[in-house]
Amino acid sequence: MTARALINVPPKAKRGEIIGIKSLISHEMETGFRPDATGQPIPRNIIKEFVCTYNGVEVFRAEFFPAMSANPFVSFTTVANESGTITMTWTGDNGFFATESVAITVE
Amino acid sequence: MTDTLPLMATRRRFLIGAAGLAGGMALVTMLPGRTAATPASMQAAVKAVAGDAPMNKGRIKIELPPLVENGNAVPLGIKVESPMTDAGHVKAIHVFTEKNPQPNVVSFQLGPRAGTANISTRMRLADTQVVLAIAEMSDGSFWRDEVEVVVTMAACLEES
Amino acid sequence: MIAWMPVWRIVAAAAIVCATYPAIAEIPMSERKSGYEFMGPDSRAMQDEDTANPGMLSVLDGEALWKRKAGAAGKSCADCHSDARTSMKGVAARYPAFSPAVNRPVNLEQRINMCRTDRQQAKPFPYESKDLLSLATFVGRQSRGQPISVADDENTRPFIDNGRAAFTRRQGQLNLSCAQCHDDNWSGRLAGSPITQAQPTGYPIYRLEWQSVGSLQRRLRNCLTGLRAESPALGAPQLVDLELYLMWRARGMPMETPAVRP
Ligand code: HEC
Ligand code: HEC
Repeated sequence: MTARALINVPPKAKRGEIIGIKSLISHEMETGFRPDATGQPIPRNIIKEFVCTYNGVEVFRAEFFPAMSANPFVSFTTVANESGTITMTWTGDNGFFATESVAITVE
Repeated sequence: MTDTLPLMATRRRFLIGAAGLAGGMALVTMLPGRTAATPASMQAAVKAVAGDAPMNKGRIKIELPPLVENGNAVPLGIKVESPMTDAGHVKAIHVFTEKNPQPNVVSFQLGPRAGTANISTRMRLADTQVVLAIAEMSDGSFWRDEVEVVVTMAACLEES
Repeated sequence: MIAWMPVWRIVAAAAIVCATYPAIAEIPMSERKSGYEFMGPDSRAMQDEDTANPGMLSVLDGEALWKRKAGAAGKSCADCHSDARTSMKGVAARYPAFSPAVNRPVNLEQRINMCRTDRQQAKPFPYESKDLLSLATFVGRQSRGQPISVADDENTRPFIDNGRAAFTRRQGQLNLSCAQCHDDNWSGRLAGSPITQAQPTGYPIYRLEWQSVGSLQRRLRNCLTGLRAESPALGAPQLVDLELYLMWRARGMPMETPAVRP
């Protein structure tokens, strides 16, 4: 099954307003440091990178390490400067890739 | 009603010993920030992002709850004082821990388009240790904040 | 495994020995509290806000499954039940419910699997599988805020009584009953964790300890393991009866699915 993501961006904002953005994605964030039943380490499987763009311009980026919780949650802010699309992408081990976009209207 | 907490405090070592097997159901308390020497791997990770630049105290603030209910998902807040303009803004924030197998937790890159440097996320804390956050400013200065988080492990109820 | 057992024993003994309450009394209705009320502000916030609650990811998975055709019948849940927001509202709050087909109560997961096998003609989902949990969480979500209202009638009463007996019986190597912790010492702590009243209001829950969503039966088995008592298999009638008793005990309390718990 594909990864599920939840993002929260206000649908409307005033020009220049600082808006809060929240993102949550399903991912086990297997650290690579845990042994399995036979004592062998379970291979690392994490999201490594999270990027948020606003009409194609990068506004926020995060690099994740195994100490991030499972189902990573990140909240941050951005300046609403024009109407358009806010896009988030997550990339990780084993070819993991997920993306979500929402529209925002700026008045 | 009787509270067993004081008893637990005296049994902390015992409980931490059990934790390796049992996983983390944690009671965490915070002690005031401490600037004792940190393990080499964390210092090396700090050096990798900041080189030998001097570390200033202030401007950045770590928020961790006084009572962490489970070390698997510890809410972490970071705020940096900055006008967040082209002329003066936070470029990056890096979070480290002392005793995890790997010192890095997360690194953020931001700029004037972020509007503020006010971030929250969730991290894993499996043991008593120092959490350190460093902010890199557009003027090249570095600012740090650190807190020691005491993680008391309890017997977990999950069969494993 | 062996190393932590004495810890639990010491801790449990301390909690019980220090207790000032008289033995076994059901919690008065007015004093009942969900596990939510024992959590700190951060965990509450995680439950309250959909974008912060990882259980909601399971609800989304369940919604997708609800709409997907499956089995030899080639039907989706939605084909028969249409919009879950109306058809499933309040349903989870009535489970476990008596099923004439098996002449005993079945829990929500089992009820969903009955539709899998009988109506979709598909293989049942294994207990605790991602798919079954997602559907149960999605169906449960439609009852959020609805009062728990399992049937208390001649069909269900013997099973409620079974569950109560299991709850109040001393068991395991620790020779403790569920009630000794959850009826008599719910405001105490065990190794730093609030004991709570074991109210089943939020299931399936996202448990931080598990780093995933899990069922009430999984949670019950955790407590049984803690007592070093025999843990019936997932889906076993004893566990369904215990679930039914807990839901009866929580009658009238609002559903919180998907709740977050430490
Ligand atoms: C072919 C039609 C059909 C399909 C497909 C179907 N169901 Fe049902 N379902 C029914 C009928 C009819 C009942 C009522 C049966 C009864 O009362 O004996 C029912 C009952 C239920 C109930 C109990 C409702 C209550 O009020 O107690 C639940 C929960 C449920 N279904 C969930 C599901 C889920 C989840 C799926 C998909 C995996 C599904 N059903 C697929 C026909 C269907
Ligand atoms: C020694 C004390 C003790 C005994 C005995 C005990 N439990 Fe628990 N139980 C706890 C503690 C402590 C927690 C909460 C721990 C946590 O989740 O952090 C808990 C949690 C629960 C929960 C989760 C409640 C929620 O908010 O979701 C349920 C349900 C539960 N117990 C049922 C039972 C049942 C059924 C039994 C008997 C088989 C039992 N417990 C026996 C200590 C006990």
